[in-house]
Amino acid sequence: MSTAIADLHETPADLGVNYLNANYGIRSWLLTKDHKRIGLLYLATITLMFFVGGTAAVLMRLHLIEPQGALFEPETYNKLFSTHGIIMVFFFLVPSIPATLGNFLIPLMIGARDVAFPKLNLMSWYIFITGCGFALYATLSGGVDTGWTFYPPYSSSFSHTHVVAVALGVFIAGFSSILTGLNFIVTIHKMRAPGMTWFRLPLFIWALYATSLIFVLGTPVIAITLFLLGLERILHVGIFDPAVGGDPLLFQHLFWFYSHPAVYIMILPGMGVISELITAFSRKKIFGYTFVAFSSLAIAIISFVVWGHHMFVTGQSIYAGLVFSVLSFLVAIPSAIKVFNWTATLYKGSISYEAPMLYALGFIGLFTIGGLTGLFLASLATDVHLNGTYFIVAHFHYIMVGGAVMAYMGGIHFWWPKITGRLYPDYWARVAAALIFIGFNLTFFPQFVLGYLGMPRRYAVYPAEFQVLNVMSSAGASILGIGYVIPLIYLTWSMRYGRAAGPNPWRAKGLEWTIPSPPPTENFEEIPIVTEEAYNYPTSGVASV
Amino acid sequence: MSELAAHSAHPPGFAHQFETVAQQREAGKLGMWVFLVTEILFFGGMFTAYTVYRSLHLQAFITGSHLLEVKFGATNTAVLIVSSLTMAMAIRSAQTGKRKGQTIWWLILTMLLGATFLFLKFRFEWYHDYVDGIVPGVSWSYHGPYAPGAELFMCFYFFMTGLHALHMIVGIGILTVLTVMTARNKFSPQYYAPLEISGLYWHFVDIVWIFLFPLLYLIGGRYPGS
Amino acid sequence: MSEASGHSSGSEHVVPVSTYVGVFLALIGLTALTTGVAYIDLGRWNTVAALAIAVIKMLLVVLFFMHVKYSTGLTRIAILAGFFWLLIMITLTLSDELTRGWEIVSHGWSVMIPVVLRLL
Repeated sequence: MSTAIADLHETPADLGVNYLNANYGIRSWLLTKDHKRIGLLYLATITLMFFVGGTAAVLMRLHLIEPQGALFEPETYNKLFSTHGIIMVFFFLVPSIPATLGNFLIPLMIGARDVAFPKLNLMSWYIFITGCGFALYATLSGGVDTGWTFYPPYSSSFSHTHVVAVALGVFIAGFSSILTGLNFIVTIHKMRAPGMTWFRLPLFIWALYATSLIFVLGTPVIAITLFLLGLERILHVGIFDPAVGGDPLLFQHLFWFYSHPAVYIMILPGMGVISELITAFSRKKIFGYTFVAFSSLAIAIISFVVWGHHMFVTGQSIYAGLVFSVLSFLVAIPSAIKVFNWTATLYKGSISYEAPMLYALGFIGLFTIGGLTGLFLASLATDVHLNGTYFIVAHFHYIMVGGAVMAYMGGIHFWWPKITGRLYPDYWARVAAALIFIGFNLTFFPQFVLGYLGMPRRYAVYPAEFQVLNVMSSAGASILGIGYVIPLIYLTWSMRYGRAAGPNPWRAKGLEWTIPSPPPTENFEEIPIVTEEAYNYPTSGVASV
Repeated sequence: MSELAAHSAHPPGFAHQFETVAQQREAGKLGMWVFLVTEILFFGGMFTAYTVYRSLHLQAFITGSHLLEVKFGATNTAVLIVSSLTMAMAIRSAQTGKRKGQTIWWLILTMLLGATFLFLKFRFEWYHDYVDGIVPGVSWSYHGPYAPGAELFMCFYFFMTGLHALHMIVGIGILTVLTVMTARNKFSPQYYAPLEISGLYWHFVDIVWIFLFPLLYLIGGRYPGS
Repeated sequence: MSEASGHSSGSEHVVPVSTYVGVFLALIGLTALTTGVAYIDLGRWNTVAALAIAVIKMLLVVLFFMHVKYSTGLTRIAILAGFFWLLIMITLTLSDELTRGWEIVSHGWSVMIPVVLRLL
């Protein structure tokens, strides 16, 4: 079995002059224009938001160990699941990989000194934390109980919670992601190094480009939708009120026009990471590069014409439902193409099982399950039975947690040496990855069964016969929680005590691995001239450098 | 070319993440166009809602539309078209190396026209609507035919023209900054990208109004019996 | 330096003043036209006319004032994408809003009859 980590002697932790130590002081961080520092600012913020959203989840699962609810009044439970959804979707998953790994890596991977608009990049972060501020303020002063979907008329006319404050937080954070997407699109179009043609780009870049298209085309719509909702709530006018000719379903159309593509914002970057991890830890070029690249674009495009599958049982026209159902089956195809290509890449590869690869392999399995269960939901007839149940909850958690979060963890571990110049202890990383995998499946697989048996979602109580499965799920959640805390410990530890990583500890291909770890502020002494295809690993079959 | 020589040869406004001035200019323009695409979708959300409700409640929307005065809408349309001309002339003036006074003059004209637009809208339209009791949520006393639907229409009138006016105010702010920059000799035929990019924004705001005018003021026609 | 003929030492295309003035006059004329047509009874064609004129005005501004006539393909793709996505949003939303009241007619392929009839 070959290992990907180069055998390092004890190197003194002299990491040279790099982007981390080039300037000191809080002003040099808060006024930075360096994409790498901005990526770290985002990393800190979204880690905080992850644990806030995660706390809500822990409280929910503790409450649900008893059929009549163990801890909270139903009104409080409603606030918990709403907070969990809003924070996790808008303030963790949507920005996670793009704003942290994307910001850090895109210029490095394409051979540029920074993104196209560094000051705009910093402003994006300030806008983001402003949005976070509103959301946290609203959460701490009582939260909202509308669900992350904010459906009127409850959210506009009947809820007595801080709907406007939270909606404002989401609105503001949306602008942050619009500007990030804009920055990435221009950067990728205009700032590639000489020789870095579109089809030599790492697939991570293709994935982030596709994600940025969704940022730019979709996010403005949820912004205007929340704006209209806020106006309805504040002015007591009936934009979505049937009494004056309004239509609550119009809100849902406008809301899901963004929020469905948003789920692809959340998974596409993860898929980009997986392409990088699978190739590096199989030491093999990707199978079907062109297919994987175009499948990212296809996902981004098709994602915009399927949103009605969230509305099959709302009273939407059956004819529209038919159209959305067919299109929803279509959107599975490019995702499947990726899974086939990753699998084919593994075949006859020189595989090693460091932590990033464990996350990548876990992703492939769990994302496949999540994606396949989506087909049951795309089918009108079965969705009638499964909608509003825990089946849906399990489906999207398999993709978002089993998929996106695992890809995020894999990516953080893979590029950690580049970002910090330090190695983390891989033993503990693999322990954490295993705990996360086991905890995740124990948490969410029972929920497929629960949903199929008819347990509704967003309910604070449930029939007693579902208790065993609920307790299993809550037990799994505690293991999952421990699994997430462990990396926090050893990654922090490694920042000070980790061994020096050197430029390319994984002996991986890619421009980011040709520069020192951590990189200097200007990234490249000289802008490289690219002559190689991506993932140009030697194909001799013998383990070589 | 050595690093030092290259640096001293850089024109004003050059940003160092770029390799060439041309690259910077192209990136800037693409960036603004991508932003305008987001604005298409932003306003587009409200245009979608408007389209849905107009399809479902045409008579109510006609009734509401007839509460508006065409002369103000038409005049404001003309005002914005003139302002687009003056904006284009301002950019051209910098592009062809005219004295900065000329560029400033065109910019100030553009701002004045924008301010005229806002003055006509707020003082003569919105204020009168408030007095007449056709401002939903604030002052509503219309009880004629199709009153609920007319109120829905007027919501869209105020939200859409309000959002548009907000963009105009931002635009005037941007033009103010540009005027100061021009006065400080920042622009030349080699570097006038901020003017060009801001011009794109200004023209976009004009285009939004080009659609708002017929869609809000001319629904169902204004002929006798409509 | 240069005058009305417009030579720039940059590489950007300089649009003649006459073009700008011509576009301006066309825009004003079209505004007058759309306003005037509203006072004529054309039934449902009033809306079509108003939208058509608005689209022409938009094209004039986009092509000439915003220089898209002299711009790269990438700019044009971006603009087209924006409008196309707006079209997707409007069309698919209307596909629900306008068809809710449709009755389901008998079985089999004759279900398509009301669909086809409504489209004609």
